[in-house]
Amino acid sequence: MSWDIVIGLEIHVQLATKTKIFSGASTAYGAEPNTQACAIDLAMPGTLPVLNKQAVNYAVMFGLAIDAEIGKVSAFERKNYFYPDLPKGYQTTQLEKPIVGPGEMEIQRTDGSSKKVRIHHAHLEEDAGKSLHEGNFNSSFSGIDLNRAGTPLIEIVTEPDMYSAEEAIAFAKKIHSIVTSIGICDGEMSQGSMRFDVNVSVKPSGSDTLGTRTETKNLNSFKFMEEAIKREVARQIDVLEDGGSIVQETRLYNGETKVARSMRSKEEANDYRYFPCPDLLPVVVSDDQIAELRRNLPELPDARQARFVEQYSLSEYDAGILSSDAAMANYFEAVVTTCNNAKLAANWTMGELAARLNNQDLSMTNSPVSAEQLAGLIVRIADNSISGKMAKEVFDAIWAGEGSADEIIEARGLKQVSDSGALEQMVDEVLAANQAMVDDYINTDEAKRKKKLGGFMGQIMKASKGQANPQQVNQILASKLNELL
Amino acid sequence: MHNLTLAELVKGLQSKEFTSVELTQHFLDRIASLDPAYNAVITVTAEQALRAAAAADQRLAAGNAPDLCGVPILHKDIFCTDGVRTSCGSKMLDNFIPPYNATVVENFEQAGAVVLGKTNMDEFAMGSSNETSFFGPVKNPWATDSVPGGSSGGSAAAIAARLAPGATATDTGGSIRQPAALCGVSGIKPTYGRVSRWGMIAFASSLDQGGPMARSAEDCALLLNCMASYDDKDSTCIDREVPDYTANLNNSVKGLRIGVPQEYFSEGLHPGTEQAVRAALATLQEQGAELVAISLPNSALSVPAYYVIAPAEASANLSRFDGARYGYRCEDPKDLEDMYCRSRAEGFGEEVQRRILIGTYCLSAGYYDAYYGKAQQVRQLIQQDFVSAFENVDLIMGPTCPSPAFKFGAKGDDPVAMYLEDIYTIATNLAGLPGMSIPCGMVEDKPVGLQIIGNYFDEARILNAAHQFQQLSDWHTMAPEGIA
Repeated sequence: MSWDIVIGLEIHVQLATKTKIFSGASTAYGAEPNTQACAIDLAMPGTLPVLNKQAVNYAVMFGLAIDAEIGKVSAFERKNYFYPDLPKGYQTTQLEKPIVGPGEMEIQRTDGSSKKVRIHHAHLEEDAGKSLHEGNFNSSFSGIDLNRAGTPLIEIVTEPDMYSAEEAIAFAKKIHSIVTSIGICDGEMSQGSMRFDVNVSVKPSGSDTLGTRTETKNLNSFKFMEEAIKREVARQIDVLEDGGSIVQETRLYNGETKVARSMRSKEEANDYRYFPCPDLLPVVVSDDQIAELRRNLPELPDARQARFVEQYSLSEYDAGILSSDAAMANYFEAVVTTCNNAKLAANWTMGELAARLNNQDLSMTNSPVSAEQLAGLIVRIADNSISGKMAKEVFDAIWAGEGSADEIIEARGLKQVSDSGALEQMVDEVLAANQAMVDDYINTDEAKRKKKLGGFMGQIMKASKGQANPQQVNQILASKLNELL
Repeated sequence: MHNLTLAELVKGLQSKEFTSVELTQHFLDRIASLDPAYNAVITVTAEQALRAAAAADQRLAAGNAPDLCGVPILHKDIFCTDGVRTSCGSKMLDNFIPPYNATVVENFEQAGAVVLGKTNMDEFAMGSSNETSFFGPVKNPWATDSVPGGSSGGSAAAIAARLAPGATATDTGGSIRQPAALCGVSGIKPTYGRVSRWGMIAFASSLDQGGPMARSAEDCALLLNCMASYDDKDSTCIDREVPDYTANLNNSVKGLRIGVPQEYFSEGLHPGTEQAVRAALATLQEQGAELVAISLPNSALSVPAYYVIAPAEASANLSRFDGARYGYRCEDPKDLEDMYCRSRAEGFGEEVQRRILIGTYCLSAGYYDAYYGKAQQVRQLIQQDFVSAFENVDLIMGPTCPSPAFKFGAKGDDPVAMYLEDIYTIATNLAGLPGMSIPCGMVEDKPVGLQIIGNYFDEARILNAAHQFQQLSDWHTMAPEGIA
């Protein structure tokens, strides 16, 4: 029997505000536990929330980026439940009147086709703190870190419009690309800046009725998300094909152990007793404010891709990769502005640099090789000062902090020899020293002679310590050998 | 000195008739000797008070000291005071010392007022008799077998017993006006948003409002001048200039249109109370005020609507008291749920638990629309009643509460009877309007309060009418036996 997969996503995006959504405490990541939690974040008696206007602007910017309706009057509600990392005993969030209404977003499948995914809404809310159940804590105690409590989030809720893990990942990556492009999120998945809840159900192929869904919460990488979806789909199909039925439940997936487990069933679900938060006024977003934010909205990934194709004559594919990551796109543009060679700038940014950064778990924004340095290297590749092979060596040296391309080329004596007089002399010397190879060349059938050139090239490059310009050497060599025929 | 009004104390301090240290010591002595009989003050901050008084004397000596410089006051123990235990009348916060001041506390500190201590109150401001306090009930100085009203019963009793010339209080459904009435003092609940709620421990956020209590309307005006301010730490605080509330006290009431709602003179109103209130209205009428019969048709719905909305908000507001970060934690919790359940069961009193349960129930899935949703609709209707009424009148007057102070335990078994104590006061909270109670008579040797309700931000007009009445009457100058 074949099955259709139906996926809906809830995506939590941490907004890149300096301070929390309802307090002045810093949102910086990685501080000592509980050093960035003020009286408001600790829910001390008598404290009150004051809404961070920048968080509102960021949420509106997201709405504009996906062309959604903007809630001109949105409202905060209290979602009540007890948990130690939720100091107030309720989360301040939006339910009835979210700040971003329905919208839709186009995603590309890997086969090049595209589809639209509807977004139900996106709302503003505060993050909870973290419960630390491991580490140095005695087993009967848990640690609570409230640094994250009150960090602003938008939660993006989709319709169940994705029909494969691939589509869900494409959607998630597109959201990542948009929120980082417009600068409302730093996109650092490993720090929890984006977290995904996936709602998955399966139904017999072609059926109109949706199956019972499960929700797997808090996935913080595309890889885990893909694994979790695939495993959950397989599990549900197994259950159904064995004649069982799916229980509506919330599940957790551990990316390290690759094990998913049930967290709570629908029956155990909390009654959150939402009601309007009386400490906060309705959030009014004026037409002027929307117009202003629209005017200043940074370029979106799709527009950037189109511009890269147009302006830099890149392929759709290259432009797509570069524009999918705001930091990479910015880096690329900084490189191309200085070196004026889009093709090489694109190849090096997406290729050597991205691979190296990825290996070392670094991002474009903290690359050891600055855009200016990479541009300097590309200038020397383009003007034939160095060969492609030498370029890798220079790149390594820049990465290691040895300075600019020119400084390294100078210091290491890597400058390519393109002076034809010097090269002719080098060729003559090699030919003179290798009479046997020359004879062999002459005696070889014309059709196969070309293959013999490599041997001479190797000798010459060796003699020049790799600095000879290979194209020029190739030409000189060919003409000199042909003279001997 | 304790018989002088706050306005007179200000004059005496400014003209150096006495020093703030003398004054402060005098009231501290009174608290020490008299309060054991009333239990109005939970925490006395004698050392800090005398230090503040000495500093105030220096400012006074240097000249240009603000009006309230050197004046001793008491804060209701719902306002957070930096470094001083703030209990909210609860075992839950018996050990809680805030590291910050409420904005109200800060305002008085800036003005140089001297804080004598913190007053007793119903636990988390939930009650109309002060019987729910973890620190024991406050006794009414007019009759120590009777309640002082609540929740600001400590502040009201302290003023009636002349333990301080003024005090802060809060009013969610009548918690300033009802105890003011029962203790024969003056107290005003300003418009919602007029006084900052920062640092004022929340009961029902959309209803809570701080305000002053004192012996006269003039004294309340002086205190409100200091208490009212715009505060960007409270999102519901309204950015509007604070007028000088003492400026228009002497205006005549001639031509003032006073609405008298028929619903406030219904069955259940003590005949003696009605008589006193009608007499007060007649006094104002004689001065040229016009009495206009009005109707607030949805008045009867205010108590049920309030007892859905206030507990609903409270059920969330009090969730933070979970034993995790501050406040009471049960001994040896065996797990998280045990810690939550026992800390809250042991830390909260019966009435607080009752209201948390009511609120939780009203917000629950399947009940929300019938209770909370409906109550919010009723709230709109009640507000609309007042908006319509104020198209034709300048102020609305009636009794503050149905009868004089009742005896301890009289309503102990019947929460609904207790809730009806606030039948005339709750509607103004639901509408967000300012309201005041001033003494207007005695029934069975106990004080009776006249309630004055104004339009939004019309506190000055309320205070003016109250002051004018007090120019013509001496109910507000009377003192319980053995006090003056």
